[in-house]
Amino acid sequence: MSKVTLREIAHARAGDKGNISSISVWAYDPKHYPAMKAQCTEDWAAQAFGRLLEGSVKRYTLDHLHGLNFVFTNALEGGVNGSLNLDGHGKSFSYILLGQEIDASE
Amino acid sequence: MTVRIGTGAGFSSDRLDPALKLIEEGNLDYIIFECVGERTLAFGHRDRMADPAKGYNKQLEIRMRAVLPLAVKHGVKIVTNMGVANPSMAAERTVAVARSLGIQGLKVAFIEGDDVSNLIGPNTQIPEINGVVKDVGKPVVGANAYIGADALLPALAAGADVIITGRCADPSLFLAPLRHHYGWESEDWSRMGAGTLVGHLMECGMQITGGYFADPGRKDVLDLVHCGYPIAEVESDGSAVITKLDSAGGLVDTRTVKEQMLYEVHDPERYLTPDVTADFSHTHIDQEAPNRVRIAEATGREWPELLKVTLAFDGGVLAEGGVSYAGPGASSRARLAAQVVETRMREIHGLQEKIRCDLIGVQSLLATAKAGVGPESEDVRLHVGMRTENQESAEMLLWEVESLLCCGPAGGGGFRGQIQASVHTESTYIAREVVPTKFQMLTT
Repeated sequence: MSKVTLREIAHARAGDKGNISSISVWAYDPKHYPAMKAQCTEDWAAQAFGRLLEGSVKRYTLDHLHGLNFVFTNALEGGVNGSLNLDGHGKSFSYILLGQEIDASE
Repeated sequence: MTVRIGTGAGFSSDRLDPALKLIEEGNLDYIIFECVGERTLAFGHRDRMADPAKGYNKQLEIRMRAVLPLAVKHGVKIVTNMGVANPSMAAERTVAVARSLGIQGLKVAFIEGDDVSNLIGPNTQIPEINGVVKDVGKPVVGANAYIGADALLPALAAGADVIITGRCADPSLFLAPLRHHYGWESEDWSRMGAGTLVGHLMECGMQITGGYFADPGRKDVLDLVHCGYPIAEVESDGSAVITKLDSAGGLVDTRTVKEQMLYEVHDPERYLTPDVTADFSHTHIDQEAPNRVRIAEATGREWPELLKVTLAFDGGVLAEGGVSYAGPGASSRARLAAQVVETRMREIHGLQEKIRCDLIGVQSLLATAKAGVGPESEDVRLHVGMRTENQESAEMLLWEVESLLCCGPAGGGGFRGQIQASVHTESTYIAREVVPTKFQMLTT
């Protein structure tokens, strides 16, 4: 077992459309991608978002680029025009995922 | 020979000085200023309702005054959606600026047709809320269809030096000059997809050159202060190199390109624009040299039958106020202050609107995601926010927050408060046949 925060082995970017948040997560080193793909599931992402997530999560995979794309519906507290969160775009929410621990052993 | 396209703005408030540097040093054919989002469009409509001579990008004149002389000198054509909710007035203002600078023979085209307010009624469907316009319960202030590259081609063919649109889709601003230059047909779906990827990568400006990316220790970016806007060198098959000026700060590498490729994208196989159903799922992204990344193999399928329409509603106001606490017990004092404000707004003033209290320094942005009590802090700011349609209620919130200075917990200081207009947006869809576009050319 070698537990690390995801930020140690991956980078990410958050985007928003209405009340939908999308976050792409990319392995720095391809050797970590299989562990990410196995552990960073839709359930994992939903758990990380906690009560933020009022809809569902869908994950897309880009194996040749070692990336995962998570799409969270109804997850921006109403979106930039309705949210009372200081970050109504959810631009900081990529760090919710990057703050999670995963087992990076190969 | 490739076509060289630069980005001069990736959102309405983007920086100007790096755009000027790029025109001077970039050997560009085109520079694109992308300045419209759902919010900016809604605010544009509000501005135009208040004053029919407004509703275009607030920095249009400042930008044009600085950009036009350089663009003319270096033979760079300008494409922009700075027209927002009033493209004709934006074009008139641009011509006025050009004349005041003594620029003669400049051809400024503006595109109209995206404003579809006359096609929207109380019973127009809004799929996302499973309802219709009247269910939103707020006044409609504007409705714009996303128009594509097709709408810009006639103006390019007529030799426009500057093209000003309203709600043109962001990637289409880049695809249009590529189609014009290479003569790509609209049903060449593969090239439409490839050109759309170029546009999508470029449309957010510095988000692909190190902005919205730098994370010291993990993702270091050199000289973020002088970060440069991107350049795309595009081939006739739609493949391209994304790069930047050597003399500018920032970073273009496979990581910045990958992050931007999926920015605001849901299914990588189905990125919908007015031009194409683009497919980024097989894109090749390779570092060719430092700060030069080659992209290839993006493709596409037939365009969506319906055009997306942004519906803008008057959203009342957003009121925000704050007070800070420091030293031992700061978190407890800030929590007590939050409780006082919320209770008084309900009990004394009878307000029903949702009020949110954040403790900045303890728990704010991630307060909803991470339930439970955050760590104690000795430097905490109480931030209170509320949306309302009632200006008096908004003012009452700020009054209550400010009253904490004398009436609240010990050591509260630094009150600030602001009330700003708020908008609400929804999306509907419309047949492309009912959205004819046209251009008009003005000449200095």
